[in-house]
Amino acid sequence: MRDVAVIGAGCTTFGEKWNVSFRNLFVEAGILALEDAGLAGEQIDAMYVGNMSAGRFVEQEHIGALIADYTGLASYHIPSTRVEAACASGGLSFRQAVIAVASGMEDIVVAAGVEKMTDVASGASVDALTGAADREWEGFVGATFPGLYAMIATDYMNRYPLTREQLALVAVKNHYNGARNPIAQFQQEITTETVIRSALVADPLRLFDCSPITDGAAAVVLAPLERAREFTDTPVKVLASAQASDTITLHDRRDISTLDGSVAAGRRAFELAGLSTADIDLVEVHDCFTIAEICAIEDLGFCKKGEAGKLTEEGVTALHGSLPVNTSGGLKACGHPVGATGIKQVYEIVQQLRGEAGRRQIDGARIGMTHNVGGTGATVAVHILGV
Amino acid sequence: MMSVARFWRKIPQRYNLIGTRCTSCGRYFFPPRSFCPECRRSGKIVDYQFAGKGKVVTYTVIRSASEQFEQMTPYVLAIIELDEGPRTTGQVVCTPEEARIGMRVSPVFRRIGADGESGVIYYGTKYAPAD
Repeated sequence: MRDVAVIGAGCTTFGEKWNVSFRNLFVEAGILALEDAGLAGEQIDAMYVGNMSAGRFVEQEHIGALIADYTGLASYHIPSTRVEAACASGGLSFRQAVIAVASGMEDIVVAAGVEKMTDVASGASVDALTGAADREWEGFVGATFPGLYAMIATDYMNRYPLTREQLALVAVKNHYNGARNPIAQFQQEITTETVIRSALVADPLRLFDCSPITDGAAAVVLAPLERAREFTDTPVKVLASAQASDTITLHDRRDISTLDGSVAAGRRAFELAGLSTADIDLVEVHDCFTIAEICAIEDLGFCKKGEAGKLTEEGVTALHGSLPVNTSGGLKACGHPVGATGIKQVYEIVQQLRGEAGRRQIDGARIGMTHNVGGTGATVAVHILGV
Repeated sequence: MMSVARFWRKIPQRYNLIGTRCTSCGRYFFPPRSFCPECRRSGKIVDYQFAGKGKVVTYTVIRSASEQFEQMTPYVLAIIELDEGPRTTGQVVCTPEEARIGMRVSPVFRRIGADGESGVIYYGTKYAPAD
């Protein structure tokens, strides 16, 4: 196994991008990443693309080839592979690229993610996203994604002392960070009142507890660590890549309020990197809903079950707290183009570790973590990056 | 929503709560499984008729739904633990105010959805409060 480094990263702005097509979204992110790595296309050996549901969102399959074609790589005939694991598609695409480079099979590999969600009406996108759960036994009876996470929140709040205000503070914090991120979909700060007065989506979750529908794409370029300095003065090393699975349905989980997939992938990542939670300077977690960030902080081992609400209230997870969580604004404020999210998380950590995060820079950040969840926790990808 | 064949082949499960049971380890499965995750190849799976009685483990009130269910909002959705052990997801036919954790429920046969005005009507099991 070879050590692997990120040598370039690029990301489109996230938002409702009515004037940009699926393929152009991807091309934009790919060019940004290649420019950042100082690479020409012909040096690329392989490409992985995370995408959840282009078939439902833009009625297009065969994404790997389409993207190779429109990024000008079709004539080089490099392998281009789509990776799908619902909202964890990006995280898995990154992991596949890491494996390709680490194994010695390929040298220069692009890991990307893309989702174009606004070409269908919101009811249709809610239905497409339901495919990340069990269509036969959750979707069929009327479950929605906010509904499933709401059932986690109901269970959690019945068992642990999490207040409505603490839950709202997750969104407030992520909007604060998003307001300092030029690619974020929402760049306005909000208050707990904004959250608590917003419309109920699925009790107890309100509109401002939920991540939005987003168009966006992100791409990073990987190389063997030993070659990284040919391309960049600021390589970011991949210290660990871990992935875990769990039951597809929420009702079959051992514990409704614990994502055992997050626990398993987190433990494995720390073990691979030879690190502990105390070594992590910042973490991008999968906050598709406010309750999901609460669970993630606990399941990754940063505090005991039931304590993440208090941690959030005390400002520990804030931008200048001792454990900054979701400096990008997270899925909540930066946006959640599902297949692109896992790559955007890596993009954020790379920016932070290089000291290029502008108004949201964490001083002296050396080790960062990403946590990307598919469905209600059936797939989890965790990566640790360092300089 | 679902092709006719896809719906039709699950009618015994959806209408009558026919699940499965592994006679090797005694575990019950609803939704049904044809392969026991505990015993794997040494498992022996047979059909099992669930009574459908159970209790609410957790719940929510869906206020914003996908196209199929938009007309029905708000509705109570819950994870129900059947008395035999397995958990399943279903709607509870009660008001949002009535729903609570630990509430006893029993199954009722209900219309779940339909493919437009002239398409197939999908029936299945919902759960009603029981004392």
